[in-house]
Amino acid sequence: MSDTVKPTETTPQVASDPDAVSITVNGVEHAARKGQLLIDALADAGEYVPRFCYHERLSPVGKCRMCLVECDTGRGPAITVSCMVPVAPGMKVDTQGETTKRMQEGVLELFLANHPLDCPVCDKGGECPLQDQAVSHGPGESRYLEEKRHFEKPIAVSDLVYLDRERCILCDRCTRFADEVGSDALIHFAGRGNNTYITTFPDQPFASYFSGNTVQICPVGALTARPYRFKARPWDLRQQESTCTTCAVGCRIAVQSSHDEVLRHLGVDSDPVNHGWLCDRGRFNYEQLHSADRVLQPLVRAGDDLLPATWSEALAEAATALGAAKAAGGAGSIAVLGGARGTNEDAYAWARLAHEVIGTPNVYAQMGDGLPADLLVLERATIDEAAAASTVVLIGPDLKEELPVLYLRLREAAVKGRTRLLEFTPKLSGLSTVAWRSIAYEPGTLTAAIDTALADDQIAAQLASGPVVVVAGRANLAESSTATVQAVRTVLAKVPGSTVLPAFRRGNVIGALQVGMRPTEGGLDTRGVLQAAADGGIECLVLLGADPVADFPDADLARRALAGARRVIAVDTFLTASSAQADVVLAACAFAEKAGTTTNIEGRVSPVARQVTPAGSTRPDWMIAVELAEALGGDLGYDDVGQITADIAENVDGYTRVTPEALSAAADGVVAYAPTGIGPVALLAGEAPARSSYDFRLIVSRTLYDQAEGTAHSPSLAHLTTATTVHVNPLDLGRIGTTDGATVKLTSSKASVVCTITGDESVLRGTAWMPFRHPGVDPRELIDCFAHTTDLRIENP
Amino acid sequence: MSRFNDDNLRLAKEIIGRYPKARSATIPLLHLAQQQEGHLSDEAMAHVAELVGATPAEVLGTASFYEMFKFEPVGRYLINICGTMSCALGGSDELLAHAEKVLGVKVGGTTADGLFTLERAECQAACTEAPNMQVNYRHCHRMTNELFDRLVDDLRSGRRDGDIPAHGTLARVRQQIPAERAVGPAALDDRGAPAWLPAKEVGG
Repeated sequence: MSDTVKPTETTPQVASDPDAVSITVNGVEHAARKGQLLIDALADAGEYVPRFCYHERLSPVGKCRMCLVECDTGRGPAITVSCMVPVAPGMKVDTQGETTKRMQEGVLELFLANHPLDCPVCDKGGECPLQDQAVSHGPGESRYLEEKRHFEKPIAVSDLVYLDRERCILCDRCTRFADEVGSDALIHFAGRGNNTYITTFPDQPFASYFSGNTVQICPVGALTARPYRFKARPWDLRQQESTCTTCAVGCRIAVQSSHDEVLRHLGVDSDPVNHGWLCDRGRFNYEQLHSADRVLQPLVRAGDDLLPATWSEALAEAATALGAAKAAGGAGSIAVLGGARGTNEDAYAWARLAHEVIGTPNVYAQMGDGLPADLLVLERATIDEAAAASTVVLIGPDLKEELPVLYLRLREAAVKGRTRLLEFTPKLSGLSTVAWRSIAYEPGTLTAAIDTALADDQIAAQLASGPVVVVAGRANLAESSTATVQAVRTVLAKVPGSTVLPAFRRGNVIGALQVGMRPTEGGLDTRGVLQAAADGGIECLVLLGADPVADFPDADLARRALAGARRVIAVDTFLTASSAQADVVLAACAFAEKAGTTTNIEGRVSPVARQVTPAGSTRPDWMIAVELAEALGGDLGYDDVGQITADIAENVDGYTRVTPEALSAAADGVVAYAPTGIGPVALLAGEAPARSSYDFRLIVSRTLYDQAEGTAHSPSLAHLTTATTVHVNPLDLGRIGTTDGATVKLTSSKASVVCTITGDESVLRGTAWMPFRHPGVDPRELIDCFAHTTDLRIENP
Repeated sequence: MSRFNDDNLRLAKEIIGRYPKARSATIPLLHLAQQQEGHLSDEAMAHVAELVGATPAEVLGTASFYEMFKFEPVGRYLINICGTMSCALGGSDELLAHAEKVLGVKVGGTTADGLFTLERAECQAACTEAPNMQVNYRHCHRMTNELFDRLVDDLRSGRRDGDIPAHGTLARVRQQIPAERAVGPAALDDRGAPAWLPAKEVGG
């Protein structure tokens, strides 16, 4: 009895917790969690152990040896790699002793044997873990006299990332990230021993959507991002936490600026959302802020030209247009489209302006390329719930292309075996290879495919085994969103209790819909508005950061609508295909130039920070709404964005808890969820027709780098967009009588276009895929938004 | 320069079939590629990556770890002269100098006729037979300048073709495992994992 002392007896305060493990750190007892790595337990105990290779979001490898500590597990003190050893009861750790100190000095001396001391010209200097830890834990001088390693440098491993092999300390962080998290193991160690270096395969660049993360986690200056190279020194940067609004995942970011210019976005580790990762589009599209094409002041049409005007002239012009429209056709002849680009405050002010001051029911935040908003009234899942569910049913777009960080979260869940993905997709997606079942369907047959799948014993058993989350989004812009709604309803009916994570794409679309940018009783949705405009029924069309001419899936209808609308008022940051046709353009602030809140796909509301002065005389959308209301004789009663945030909390369903105080207290935002109050659902009647065997069924979906304004005006990203080609299965090339790279003629019920053809094994036989909004041929010419599906005849021209 | 030819592709698939995970076949397939071409070309590594389900960068990373994989063309005969302790004491430096003179190339070089590449190697585990050298990894014990000259003559004239095949061929006898005893997927289009492999290990 007396020779075994259970640790719980010496630490009674943790005896009740079965997962608690007591360890002694520098003579003081601390409670750690069972299975926790020693390095994390030490950090929890207030002892930060220096490290290079260890990263909380990557698997430990013990490569750098910087985290060595002296650890006694009962067999005497031993040198231990603290990132590779889980805690054990009774461990006695010494992180301050002479031995530990000497080991740390030795490791750093070895790193600096080859690492160049070019800190004064290195982008990482000032925020460099190697620099910092060499000062805090290093020996101060080196015994090495030998020449250091030399390599050609820098090497562009991708369009966005440069590699300096001389600075590299071979910590394996970037390569582990690429392999474990990003799924693109396109960079790897080559060689052996002292000759090891990081490399890509010849002619195969590190073209990952997530390559920028490797720059952020590199513990030295070996990887640098092209858009930021030599732009600033870390100590000159001011930063604020904000939320990325490029897509609707809502990744937490730090916006950094110097001299009133945004120079960098860094990912912030938000446990429920992005785990610190960002996609390259969100990371680098801040370049659009400084684009020479920005609309910097209001513009008023004079004949064929849009001429600069003062704010009072432009607002008066806009108010006159709205007044004239109301006089001519009543409030119902006015429509407001958009609002998904801005903050909740922008959307709320505009929704009040539209509904209360103007009095129109025709308000909608979506561009017909999303989903009916009734998906938002379904029982909602969070991203964490999806990543922990036993099954995730994917009915929607390729998440890697549309919601990249949600893709990372689900991929991780699948790879680690926590979650099984049951995917229904018209084309192989980024998740197909890790999905438990990937079921490809031809557009028009989704519900049938789901019925068949759910009748399968194995699939039924899997769905019955635990929580089920349905990730629902629009997989195909050439197919009516009716198909998705029916599919989601089918799954929910057969798997009771499952919840829905809506895979809506556009920045703050969910926030905008929730705070009121949606039709009220008798109002029209976007398709209805465009149809009415094309028929001459819209006296004034207001585009709030909306570009239907480029975004609405039916190009013909959008064009006719803009031509048919008597007056067009645009609130925009750039002159887009739509706003260039406006009579009045009100110059709006861009991201990082205005404060507010944004709502992500889960309904999580988090703050957006104003980091720089608005460009030119641009104003935030909410301020434009307030002033326009005043010009129309109304009063929204706001002179500060905080008042709107408070007003939303008071008046919007589900936002009661989202007060300014709650937002500033919660690091990860506040989840707002209102299962009611979303407007009507426009479903197409009837069934999708069967495809004639001579035809190809068209799939149109987005890729990450398309010609969206933010991407097109960011020089580092703009050239990553590829020209449109039509993709068919290689086996179908012969059937058409053509070859890869040849030109073919595509004919649908709407139009006929000539396009290059590409053989692509990710496309199902009998279907054809085209990217949305890429340069060249526009697939939207082929789409009829009143049809269930789009069929193509593909012929030699 | 090239991907696997038809015969070797068949062989490659058979080799993949011997392993529960296709990736385990990476190194045997690299040897097969080197046997076909004498060295590893980018195309061959990309083809191996395709076959085992890895990225080409991963295959390059693996291959470049090993000295026996060559990324540039080498001569038909790769001569490695051991320079470690016993052989050095036994006169390997003099042997190397002689070899350089006879072949007319420096260490690391290849003769103009593409027949010989000369390299200095570390210990070849034949210290009792110093000085030792290898031709395409076949040992030549207790070498002298005269033996070296005769060896070069024999190789040039093809008299040693019977026991020293061209660079890249490790052995002329291949392991044969009947398809029914293969543990992995015999055909690539049927890449199921064996039942005894834990689910989380499957794939890749």
